[in-house]
Amino acid sequence: MSDKQTNMLEVENLWVRFPTRSGVFDAVRGVSFSLGKERLGIVGESGSGKSMTGRAILRLIRKPGLVSADKVLLDGKDIMSISEREMRSVRGQRISMVMQDPKFSLNPVMTVGAQIMEAYALHANSSKAETKRRALEMLEAVSIRDPERVFRAYPHEMSGGMGQRIMIAMMLIPDPQILIADEPTSALDVSVQTQVLSIMDKLVQERGMGLIFISHDLNLVSSFCDRVLIMYAGRIVEACQADKLHEAKHPYTRGLLNSLPRLDQPQKRLEVLKRDPAWREAESVSGAR
Amino acid sequence: MSGISINNLNVWFGEGINRVDAVKNASFQVDAGDSFGLVGESGSGKSTILRALTGLAENWSGQMEAAGEVLGKIRSPAFYKKVQMVFQDPYASLHPRHSVDQVLSETLFLHGFDEIDTRIVQLLEDVGLGTSFRFRYPHQLSGGQRQRVAIARALAPEPEILLLDEPTSALDVSVQAEILNLLVDLRAEHQLTYLMVSHNLAVVGHMCERIAVMQNGEIVEVMSVEDMRAMNPEHAYTKHLLKSSMGYDRSAVL
Amino acid sequence: MSNAELPGTSQQSWRSWLMTETPTSRRHAKFAALYQGWLTLKSNKLTMIGLGILLFLILVAIFAPLLAPADPFAQDLGGRLLPLGSEGHLLGTDSLGRDILSRLIYGARITLYIVILVALIAPVAGLFVGTVAGYVGGWTDTVLMRITDIFLAFPRLVLALAFVAALGAGIENAVIAISLTAWPPYARIARAETLTIRSSDYISAVKLQGAGPLRIITKHIWPLCISSLIVRITLDMAGIILAAAGLGFLGLGAQPPSPEWGAMISEGRKFILDHWWVATMPGLAIFVVSLGFNLLGDGLRDVLDPKDSGDE
Repeated sequence: MSDKQTNMLEVENLWVRFPTRSGVFDAVRGVSFSLGKERLGIVGESGSGKSMTGRAILRLIRKPGLVSADKVLLDGKDIMSISEREMRSVRGQRISMVMQDPKFSLNPVMTVGAQIMEAYALHANSSKAETKRRALEMLEAVSIRDPERVFRAYPHEMSGGMGQRIMIAMMLIPDPQILIADEPTSALDVSVQTQVLSIMDKLVQERGMGLIFISHDLNLVSSFCDRVLIMYAGRIVEACQADKLHEAKHPYTRGLLNSLPRLDQPQKRLEVLKRDPAWREAESVSGAR
Repeated sequence: MSGISINNLNVWFGEGINRVDAVKNASFQVDAGDSFGLVGESGSGKSTILRALTGLAENWSGQMEAAGEVLGKIRSPAFYKKVQMVFQDPYASLHPRHSVDQVLSETLFLHGFDEIDTRIVQLLEDVGLGTSFRFRYPHQLSGGQRQRVAIARALAPEPEILLLDEPTSALDVSVQAEILNLLVDLRAEHQLTYLMVSHNLAVVGHMCERIAVMQNGEIVEVMSVEDMRAMNPEHAYTKHLLKSSMGYDRSAVL
Repeated sequence: MSNAELPGTSQQSWRSWLMTETPTSRRHAKFAALYQGWLTLKSNKLTMIGLGILLFLILVAIFAPLLAPADPFAQDLGGRLLPLGSEGHLLGTDSLGRDILSRLIYGARITLYIVILVALIAPVAGLFVGTVAGYVGGWTDTVLMRITDIFLAFPRLVLALAFVAALGAGIENAVIAISLTAWPPYARIARAETLTIRSSDYISAVKLQGAGPLRIITKHIWPLCISSLIVRITLDMAGIILAAAGLGFLGLGAQPPSPEWGAMISEGRKFILDHWWVATMPGLAIFVVSLGFNLLGDGLRDVLDPKDSGDE
């Protein structure tokens, strides 16, 4: 089996349920997919369950949320049933996550340098000098031109794009196998988006990582990723190659594509998505390779 | 003349060393009945121009004219009847403890309308919400529904000009389509003038006929939407913005 | 506009009317909101215990003449300092032979009186001062907040002493003294909330309809401040009761022979070693009522300000 064929991550029949006062709410309903050394995009609107899927894989969902799956295999080993202690060594070290707004995911009272060093020290046993060197190296790898200055600065002194690059540096310093990026560029200006994406792109390629890119932006995902999964109401409704997205068959995907205003094509009216209740009921499509 | 005219507008915050110039020397015209877009990234000053127009900015200089009235330090009640605004975040633009009915009846009352009940029903219908939404509170409404209520509130005084501050950027794609269609319909029905602020070029291209591109508080280019679609910009920043809006181009980067 | 159609008498249809997502009239919407808030409150067992304690306090206060086995002022010098469980005196008697249980029951009225008065005066004054200072800003804000600081600087008991010296001892003056030192925190809370709310889009929106400061403060800002003030007052109640008890203990509050719980503790102090129940029973009563207010306050916060409830 060639390197390209082995699956880094295999998810089968993932469910995430939340008990509420008026019954159980199923955020993710029977999602199955696999991830290799590729860029996998998960696209959906709010409430589709895309973010929950990412968090469920990392077991970040706390009570009263309930996560269950037939299997979640990381390199063939099940990570659903391992203890919380063992999971801690997986999180960050083997699977990492970059979230939407660096304002909310960076600690405001620690310097950037301290945070990156902490992220490194959690998974490696190096001297302080070595840790600092690695941290500065990582800052350079995300195209930060003055790493010493940024090292000593606080998160609120950074712009959005800078903050997100620091997040990426922090998340990649332990050299994980898989990166889950949950709307990493949605809070950024469009010109900064390209910069951050290209850094993520480069690093993922260089290190042979798998990337799960969660977003609501269909165009962005189809131009950035290799494969795309479209989620609706907790299920995957379509899985296809990114460059074949415009040939998508499911009416929801088509509806989403058609309801977007296009720069290159003027339209009198935007097509309004008509939600068919049958979409909720249909079986989840498998996102396996 | 019922359009908007901005001349050499400067808006700043703070004094002395702390002074931040949010808008520098901006000038543009919007004719009555037109739809004009202000495009730029965050910090470009586009939303600040809207706030200056509505009297929500304290320090400004230059000339502003809207709906036939030359604008000074304070806005008259007549101004608020003719110029209204729809805010960006539907989750923040409705008072959490006021029902839809309260929001609309207060608006109508403040502008001195009578027959408030009938008008409320009519407004809800105009924005595509049925009467079943009338007594709901904001937390019982979805983002798209809240934005419709915000639009109904803006339409209540029967304005001539609507200022739209990124009205769909906080909404899902499918909901965005509905709201944009609604705005297009309302403009035709009520002969409104739109000044729309957005960072999304595709949305602005759909809604507007002419646009002004802003960067760091300055207007760098004013062009027609046709020219934008033809990828015919003159200024380098506009070119850059257009390119970035087209999605990720791997070949260009690596 | 048609009135809300009230459901028939079946319990199921009442519940669905109250749990509806689509109210049909203003009254319907209000009732539905209240009912759903009540359900949230009910789900917290500790809060229900707190509410139960307070309801019990109110009932005892109302029905005191019916519940008290004896006259709280009747002295019986032959039966002084009888222990717990004595015949005719479940909780014993105090140094003048008065039945402790009856005094506790009548004392509930005084406690309730203090609580209601302070709850009406302090948060309301604080709301006024805080919202006006926060909204208007500038010199008004500075002046009002410095006045608030002055009152905040007074230790409660010292101010009460000054009042008593000026106006004479008594429960009303004690209440006024407590209120005068209790209102500043509410002003601060109200001001902080106003500063946050002031820059919201919905306030900008209503300004664009031509609303003036009076309407904005009373109809838009007050409804949002009230919930945190309600939570704060219930949590402060414990301290207020203790302050009144402290004043009573010092002889500055309710005067003898009034059965105020703090005064009772003071009288029983001398006998604490051999006749511990004389001071301890009123102390327990104060403890239970304070606890009740605390538990209720916590639960109310979950209902009124869900983001502070501490749960994810």
